[in-house]
Amino acid sequence: MAREAQLQLLSRYENIELAEEVLGELCRTASVDDETIYWIGMALREALANAIKHGNKLNPEKRVHVRIEVRPGAQLRLIVEDEGEGFDPEQLANPTDPQNLLRSSGRGVFYMRNFMDDVSFFPSDQGGTRIELTKNLETRRAV
Amino acid sequence: MKSVVRDIGEVRVLDLEGKITIGTGDLQLRQLVEESLTAGKNKILINLKGVTHIDSSGIGEMVGCFATVARRGGKMKLENLPAKINDILQVTQLITVFDVYDAEGEALASY
Repeated sequence: MAREAQLQLLSRYENIELAEEVLGELCRTASVDDETIYWIGMALREALANAIKHGNKLNPEKRVHVRIEVRPGAQLRLIVEDEGEGFDPEQLANPTDPQNLLRSSGRGVFYMRNFMDDVSFFPSDQGGTRIELTKNLETRRAV
Repeated sequence: MKSVVRDIGEVRVLDLEGKITIGTGDLQLRQLVEESLTAGKNKILINLKGVTHIDSSGIGEMVGCFATVARRGGKMKLENLPAKINDILQVTQLITVFDVYDAEGEALASY
């Protein structure tokens, strides 16, 4: 049976902890192993940090909308949507290129893509960005 | 994030515990390193044994601190990487940037 949770978070970093806790609880009830939960949690943290910082620009009146869907033994999907002004993932530089290694930013999407099986970006209906992150639960992450 | 500051000879050791993540741990790390430099300690060893999470902001701050210390004529090195933190440094290829040690004695002797 699929398990789902939906959250609407104010644009504060401390709410990242709350969302990660909800994700962990939902995953544990779906018998997802701790190792997988850890890496999915890291990906969720990055998606939320991006939405709060770059999407909503820490505007306390803007919210981040989160949907977590777990189909035990099959797939987990995270959807994170901000109320910002949109984002073009094609503009991102590769943080592992030698000239970028010492940059202090620009690794969030790289984290997400490493820890999940698929990461897709869409413009949201409100003009912001919707990120959909998918993890196939029958396979294990290979770093 | 919790921290303990130890001075061993000329080396300042920062024992970190918990999460180096956006909004809290990343800023604390920067503050600890800035305080070290202000105190004249530019040989800095970050002990990551108790660190459970480091997000992209934490990694970015660590890289920023590494560069700041180098600009001030010092060296920042890492020790006791937990497996997951090591994994993150591997995928970001920052393992090639930092000097990393498993034993504190070896790390201290390297400065």
